[in-house]
Amino acid sequence: MSTFAQSQANETFVLNLGPQHPATHGVLRVKLTMDGEYIVEAEPVLGYIHRMHEKMGENRTWAQFLPNTGRIDYLHALAYNHGYVSVVERAASIEVPERAEYLRVITAELNRVSSHLLWFGAFILDLGGFSPLLYAFDDREHILDLLESVTGSRLTYCYFRFGGVYNDIDDNFVTGTRAFIKRLRGRMPMYHNLVTKNIILMKRLQEVGPISAEMCRKYGATGPVCRGSGINFDVRKHEPYSVYPEFDFEVPVYEQGDSMARYMVRMDEMEQSLRIVEQALDKLPEGPVMAEKVPKILKPAKGDYYHAVETARGSFGVRVISDGSNTPYRLKLRSPTFSNLSLFGEACRGMLLPDVLALMGSLDLVIPEIDR
Amino acid sequence: MNCAAIKEKLTVIGVEMVSEAEYARKGFALDVQVAPHLLVAAVSVLDAEGFFIEAITGVDWLGEQAALRKEAEAKVAAEAKAQPEAEAAAGEAPPLVSQPAEQGEIPEDALEVVYDFNHYEGLCRVTIRARLPRSKPEIATISSIYPGANWHERETHDFFGIIFVGHPYLVPLLLPEDADFHPLLKDFRS
Amino acid sequence: MTLDPEIIRLLAFLVGVIAFASFNAAYLVWLERKEAAHIQRRIGPKEVGPFGLLQPLVDGIKLMTKQLIVPAGVDPVLFKIAPILVMVPAIMSFVTIPFSETLVARNLDLGLLVISAFASVNFLGLLLGAWGSRNKYAVISAGRAFSQNVAYEIPMLVIVVTLVMVSGTMNLTEIVGLQMGGFWHWNILNLAASPLMPVAFLIFFVCMLAETNRAPFDMSEAESELVAGAFTEYSGMGFGVFFMGEYANIVIGACVATILFLGGWHSPFPDTIPFFGASSVIWFLLKMYFIIFTVIWIRWTFPRTTFYGLLNLSWKILIPISFVNLILTSAMLKVF
Repeated sequence: MSTFAQSQANETFVLNLGPQHPATHGVLRVKLTMDGEYIVEAEPVLGYIHRMHEKMGENRTWAQFLPNTGRIDYLHALAYNHGYVSVVERAASIEVPERAEYLRVITAELNRVSSHLLWFGAFILDLGGFSPLLYAFDDREHILDLLESVTGSRLTYCYFRFGGVYNDIDDNFVTGTRAFIKRLRGRMPMYHNLVTKNIILMKRLQEVGPISAEMCRKYGATGPVCRGSGINFDVRKHEPYSVYPEFDFEVPVYEQGDSMARYMVRMDEMEQSLRIVEQALDKLPEGPVMAEKVPKILKPAKGDYYHAVETARGSFGVRVISDGSNTPYRLKLRSPTFSNLSLFGEACRGMLLPDVLALMGSLDLVIPEIDR
Repeated sequence: MNCAAIKEKLTVIGVEMVSEAEYARKGFALDVQVAPHLLVAAVSVLDAEGFFIEAITGVDWLGEQAALRKEAEAKVAAEAKAQPEAEAAAGEAPPLVSQPAEQGEIPEDALEVVYDFNHYEGLCRVTIRARLPRSKPEIATISSIYPGANWHERETHDFFGIIFVGHPYLVPLLLPEDADFHPLLKDFRS
Repeated sequence: MTLDPEIIRLLAFLVGVIAFASFNAAYLVWLERKEAAHIQRRIGPKEVGPFGLLQPLVDGIKLMTKQLIVPAGVDPVLFKIAPILVMVPAIMSFVTIPFSETLVARNLDLGLLVISAFASVNFLGLLLGAWGSRNKYAVISAGRAFSQNVAYEIPMLVIVVTLVMVSGTMNLTEIVGLQMGGFWHWNILNLAASPLMPVAFLIFFVCMLAETNRAPFDMSEAESELVAGAFTEYSGMGFGVFFMGEYANIVIGACVATILFLGGWHSPFPDTIPFFGASSVIWFLLKMYFIIFTVIWIRWTFPRTTFYGLLNLSWKILIPISFVNLILTSAMLKVF
């Protein structure tokens, strides 16, 4: 990189990566100031699909905002459902039946696997490998079918309700989920043989896009990004919510901080999610899936409440401020990718264009969640 | 890492109020109210303790003072109503039970900036609040301490028009680049 | 007045060559889509004609009826001439390729040299198209294509020179003639000339991938980085011609590999396998399409390398090995 340091400032040019670009997976624009193929400066330009969810929350009732949460991060919609219903339940002191919490965990974890599978396919596509995408989508399709049978939708779920879930699972779902777990476990070695151990992939990811633990802290990175940098931080373990404490699972942590580490974290997380789903199916208690006596018109007590959940991309926090009326006074959505992307500008300085795209892919960006 | 120690350290620098919130009820462990000029000092304490920044946002308390005034007046009125009965019962002039609400203008409403910090190791979410006058919402930036605050502050500026003094690049982030409105202010009309 | 039969023959062959090049370019797209589909557990084109065999035709009609957009700000001359500059040399190269002992349009003594020369012109077309587009992605792509071409011509030509030394001729027909009589006589296994011959074939194959801009070396097209690289601004048939030129170049690369290393039209087992005779155009096409099949196979299996990884591979591995091979071969020729 010595040549990079020596070059003149007036030799740079600006390249607009996006808002329509195959590698940004959505309408993200990155203003790259480049010196040849070296990146001098990268400035992500956001807001192309900003929908002001927070304002929407202020002028509709607590329940009416629920479908919005599935549209913030369309890939892991159930975790967003979970975060929002949890904070409202906390504010309104609603007890959730245990079976409902189990169903929440089962569906949210399946959703996490589907999110990671899509990321896996799209990430390899960014690196120029086409076929893994189709294989990943094949597996993901099974999850979507399973979730469709319970929740009624395939992408922007709105399955959770204040006080439970709206639909109980049936035996078909249980057998289908067990069959899927078996299937995906059988396919993971294939993914590793076909993709992870591929020499080209290893060369493209190892030591590319290093992010240090200190950088994660300064930018507030969470999720696989910080776990790929050696920080053992997972909201499910750190501030356990729902019935997560009852399951035995590990948090994969890799020390290297490069794109490969983030890749491995997500690949390992799929297995851990399968473990959680398996245990939850084994332990699934009988009972109602909806709390009784949830008021029709919800008026949570005055105050300020926060709840964080672990989504596929990191810690998603909701802060609601209630003034005791039937609409939120203020609703703040803390989305993980917003923080994860904010370190991009610093992380990619001095890198080459193809490596920058590998780094961008390894951050697992979902644009609607950044723009909200 | 322990929350009580953090509370101790924050108290030392003289913030207005540090209270331990009930985590299970609220979702955060420390609720800190700081005067705007002490914000950077408070954030520096957290930085030294290894906290990471979760989010920055604002809350518009428009109408809060008027509501407080109304409440106080209602209280006075209720007391005034109760007084003759008490007089009749006691048969003598009672002491003044309540100061009448201050006359004159209603004090200015506040814009609150809310900073959330969390720690990768211990369970201690710290919420720092700073209240700014609504007519002149200015507070020092913390983006030199936490570079991640850069975007959060830009977002807060977009939504509330809060000016972060010393911010290197305070242009709209999520709103259009020529936006001159602040949609989360309670008096915003589209 | 009578026409010289040689002229009639030449005309017939020229028409045949153009038809062959176009047919291949169109049907390789079909093959690519079908093969990719089966690798990805899909079916691929199946609606138009049996097994989707008419799909290329329909694609061609679609591309031809599309508007040819020449964006404001491009260099109109370069922009329009570039696709032709890619296609023409590809067709020209076919002239000298012998498909069998007799099936060759023009049997040139310096056939190998002609093909090598035209292979570079084709890249020039890409460069002009990219430069004329006045698009930043296209210009980056052109820069990549330039250094990629320089890096990969060298090992490729060194290998070619080695084979010329082994064969003692640049006439393609004669080079194939020397490999007669079973696969152990093919140059790929000509261990007597150089024990590194299989490696040389591998290097030639890699260079061929890089020369034809095929994955995993499709740096100049790299759609996840550079949108469509040099072709970003092209639409309709302008893009279609680029596309055809690319496939024609793959065919040529496969032809040259077949001729130089795999014994051209000779049967691998002339005595034991009775099909198609000991030497037949069928054998040539089988070998050629096998190589093309492999090229497509690789594209749909591997991710893309990085640009600097590609240059490192060329300058640090391929070029030294090809020179070692050259020296080794000349030493062996001198000694034995």
